[in-house]
Amino acid sequence: MRYLPLTDSDRSDMLAVIGAADIDALFVDVPASARLTGPVDLPGQAGELAVERTLGLLAGRNRAAGAGPFFCGAGAYRHHVPASVDHLIQRSEFLTSYTPYQPEIAQGTLQVLFEFQTQVSALLGLPVANASMYDGSTACAEAVMMAARVTRRRKAVLSGGLHPHYAATTRTLAHSAGIETRRLAPAVDAESAVLAAIDADTACVVVQTPNVFGTVTDVTAIAEAARAAGALMIVVTTEAVSLGLLKSPGEMGADIAVAEGQSIGNGLNFGGPYVGLFACREALLRQMPGRLCGETVDAEGRRGFVLTLSTREQHIRRDKATSNICTNSGLCALAFSIHMSLLGGTGLTTLARINHARALTLKQALAAIRGVEILTPRLFNEFAVRLPRAAAPIVEALAGKGVIGGVPFSRLDPDEGFDDVLLVCATETTTAEDISVFAKTLAEEIAR
Amino acid sequence: MSVVSIGRPTRPEAPAQDGVPETHGRGLLQHEPLIFELGGWDKTGVDFPADEVAASLDVSDLAGLTRETPLELPGLSEPETLRLSQQNHAIDLALYPLGSCTMKHNPRLGEKMARLPGFIDIHPLQPVSTVQGALALMDELAHWLKTLTGMPAVALSPKAGAHGELCGLLAIRAAHEARGAARKTVLVPTSAHGTNPATAALAGYQVEEIAQTADGHVDIADLARRLNDDVAAVMVTNPNTCGLFERDVIEIARLTHAVGAYFYCDGANFNAIVGRVRPGDLGVDAMHINLHKTFSTPHGGGGPGAGPVVLSAALAPFAPAPWLSHGEAGFSLIEHAEGAAGEAFGRMCAFHGQMGMYVRAVTYMMSHGSDGLRQVAEDAVLNANYIKARLSGAMSAAYPDGPCMHEALFDDRWLEGTGVTTLDFAKGMIDAGFHPMTMYFPLVVHGAMLIEPTETESRRELDRFCDTLLELAAAVKAGDTERFTGAPFHAPLRRLDETQAARRPRLSWTA
Amino acid sequence: MRFTKDHEWVDLTGDTATIGITAYAAEQLGDVVFVELPAAGKSVKTGEALAVVESVKAASDVFAPISGEVQAANGALEGNPETVNDSPEHAGWFVKLKVADPAEVEALMDRAAYETFLQTL
Repeated sequence: MRYLPLTDSDRSDMLAVIGAADIDALFVDVPASARLTGPVDLPGQAGELAVERTLGLLAGRNRAAGAGPFFCGAGAYRHHVPASVDHLIQRSEFLTSYTPYQPEIAQGTLQVLFEFQTQVSALLGLPVANASMYDGSTACAEAVMMAARVTRRRKAVLSGGLHPHYAATTRTLAHSAGIETRRLAPAVDAESAVLAAIDADTACVVVQTPNVFGTVTDVTAIAEAARAAGALMIVVTTEAVSLGLLKSPGEMGADIAVAEGQSIGNGLNFGGPYVGLFACREALLRQMPGRLCGETVDAEGRRGFVLTLSTREQHIRRDKATSNICTNSGLCALAFSIHMSLLGGTGLTTLARINHARALTLKQALAAIRGVEILTPRLFNEFAVRLPRAAAPIVEALAGKGVIGGVPFSRLDPDEGFDDVLLVCATETTTAEDISVFAKTLAEEIAR
Repeated sequence: MSVVSIGRPTRPEAPAQDGVPETHGRGLLQHEPLIFELGGWDKTGVDFPADEVAASLDVSDLAGLTRETPLELPGLSEPETLRLSQQNHAIDLALYPLGSCTMKHNPRLGEKMARLPGFIDIHPLQPVSTVQGALALMDELAHWLKTLTGMPAVALSPKAGAHGELCGLLAIRAAHEARGAARKTVLVPTSAHGTNPATAALAGYQVEEIAQTADGHVDIADLARRLNDDVAAVMVTNPNTCGLFERDVIEIARLTHAVGAYFYCDGANFNAIVGRVRPGDLGVDAMHINLHKTFSTPHGGGGPGAGPVVLSAALAPFAPAPWLSHGEAGFSLIEHAEGAAGEAFGRMCAFHGQMGMYVRAVTYMMSHGSDGLRQVAEDAVLNANYIKARLSGAMSAAYPDGPCMHEALFDDRWLEGTGVTTLDFAKGMIDAGFHPMTMYFPLVVHGAMLIEPTETESRRELDRFCDTLLELAAAVKAGDTERFTGAPFHAPLRRLDETQAARRPRLSWTA
Repeated sequence: MRFTKDHEWVDLTGDTATIGITAYAAEQLGDVVFVELPAAGKSVKTGEALAVVESVKAASDVFAPISGEVQAANGALEGNPETVNDSPEHAGWFVKLKVADPAEVEALMDRAAYETFLQTL
């Protein structure tokens, strides 16, 4: 078998060295009633060719975003990733290495994490960033937990512009820790509504910009009001490319900033693996979850990097840890960092502008359709439109015609009476032809 | 105070000086500066079409909302980026003996399949009618996991093992709440991995420890004493962190169920029993499976992982969203939890889980097949016992009587009086070309050294590893202390000052 | 100065007790990198968690050897945790407590008894 190097004669020789009669002798502690006498009822071994064929058929039953006009955003974004990124992350030293617990032979990983932390810190505008979380949604949940620890308060207010999956994930984690989350009703442009919900037991307010409806908001005033009430402001960003153009969470007074980093370096991948970005003010450092990489020196005075401040983490603090996290999103963080290294600050800003311009073109095209109302007042690269009737069946019909026409808001949140709202997104990968086909097909469908 | 002394120094003997970066390479080993030391502050290594750039300059609709300070990060050309990295040890290079991590070979076919456009370039929220292949693959994965574990249900979405543990405990919590009797405590053995008590605390439970017997198993009498109707769950790793199968696991399950509690199994060591034992036959109610361990999705320098959780019939109704469902129109996803039980336990994360890792895991499973997977467990256990047999003469096995499972545990009794600690010995291994084994875990064994070779090592490589360790052990006993206390000498860096890193944290680059 | 079996020392002046960890404890811990101290005004009972001492690889709980109210915590340790290693029984003090009952301090071991106790470990 191609992945198992031992031969039968190896096996019998080794059993002799061990002094065991057969392999079953090594499984002697397994209760007799639980011993399987033969392989379980699943297909047997298959060669590479056969496996490729099977997987290829499954992949072939999916309509790739690049196969035609595509306008989905809402937390995952289609961007162009340079070929060198994917090539580099597949080098043995990156792909098949482990968490850098032996720093002398893991400086490759550690150096990248240090660079990643520096890049994230610059993007989010806050001085301290960790070495990544699983994704933006769990980073958001962990930020709320952290705010509760820091303020010793038990409530969190989630804005009506927060991505519904992020709100649900946060509620799931917070609930088990006895933290009450209050999610405000979905609203296209009302991040500041969180302020009215603050009371003496509010640990934090969670706002998103651009929010799930695409609305860009200056949340500086929210930060000030929250602070005056003794609460922290957590800012969520789901489209990392927006950080190249818009005011950073740190610039707007965020105490903690979390983001989904998928847009940079990582493909859509049907929702995972992604990479969570997490940064905070200096004073909050010791309450931060997740891995941290720090600079130090070796015995000969040379600069090196190590994982540090580990006493916050599960392998040391166990039941008193800041969280239970063991892995970060290493390879995805590496991809993010490599892509970010290629872009640089100027390149990300250029990319962000191009995304924004594309979205304005899309907006213009859709606004011209009778029955379509643009809801988002200020946008980056995605926005919400109101259609004359339920959005989900229209999107389904468009798919039948080869157009992936955005995400119906009801897909994210079925309960809130936004059935006729559609979320659309354009990036640098969207062509003028795509926009034209989308607009035409949508107009036809609406007119039906 | 409770003095927790792991007994190892965290900074090297030699006095530290200011951190001067290397400026030249040595032989094939290149100097690798930080990206911030290569210039490139106003540069970008990505080409944008000039006309698109020109058409995008007007951002007046975002007045007052754009950054006021430029984003100061360097950009590099492609040739400048491709020089990374030679400075990591990796599975591809040699036997990587990290106990409890399962550092097996990562088949490259998984990388190829995961990059098929039909998998990598699909959005989680595009219409389900356009991603039937993806949902079918998730269903395939679910089928393999359920069949291999003998469990009727699986929650696929957790993004890592620890995330899976949390999912399992939250399902247990929801089950208790549905019965109207929330409970307060979770029992965890002293040998447990840190994620177990951390997860229990995160799930809102108090943690109580179960004692261990002298021969490395859960103390059943102590467990029975501690079980009462305040216990929500018992979390046991099987095979356990000492590398041993819990002989009394069926009794553990019976006692746990008798008080109305649930049996959570940490499946980190599933590699030892896959295809030979089904956790469902042992009375397990929930078990996470680390796809990045048993099913060889790449470790990637620390992640991403994936931790689907198989569930018993009792816990299946309390799985988080989303669920796969199959009907006349094909596959669909139930993304919103309905009903009272669903209310409390909504979602572990956005979207559907680690699809990229599912593709790799299914590729691995299909390549091995049911017969191959059974062989995986047998070879993993064989290899660990072979190493234990070859090394036990020179090193002290923590539990010498009887076989181990997929990993062999040694302690530091054999180092007594030599002036060499477990840490020093491990650093000496680096000079000999091997990544150290897991050190100082599990905590119940003094100076623990946990070796897990996995099944993807040849006899030649196993012998090379053992020969090297025997030579190192002989050097220790011959009094060659400095070879170890000063090690490593041949790695890109010497021992690092972890004290300074923690006392004066420098977590990002500054000019 | 008085000592506990958990390696804390107590130095009583009037009704204020200065508390820290002993040289033995500091040595066992290795390099101290951080000390988490309570806020002034916090009340503690004997045996309750008072502080946490972190070295690189471990976090150790410090329990209140006597009951009282925290008057002050040693702010100098924040920027210079190595003081605990350099001068554990003097400059590396953790908190000053206003003691509820000075007799509690009397009941603790004196240095000779503590030294004898250390021999048994």
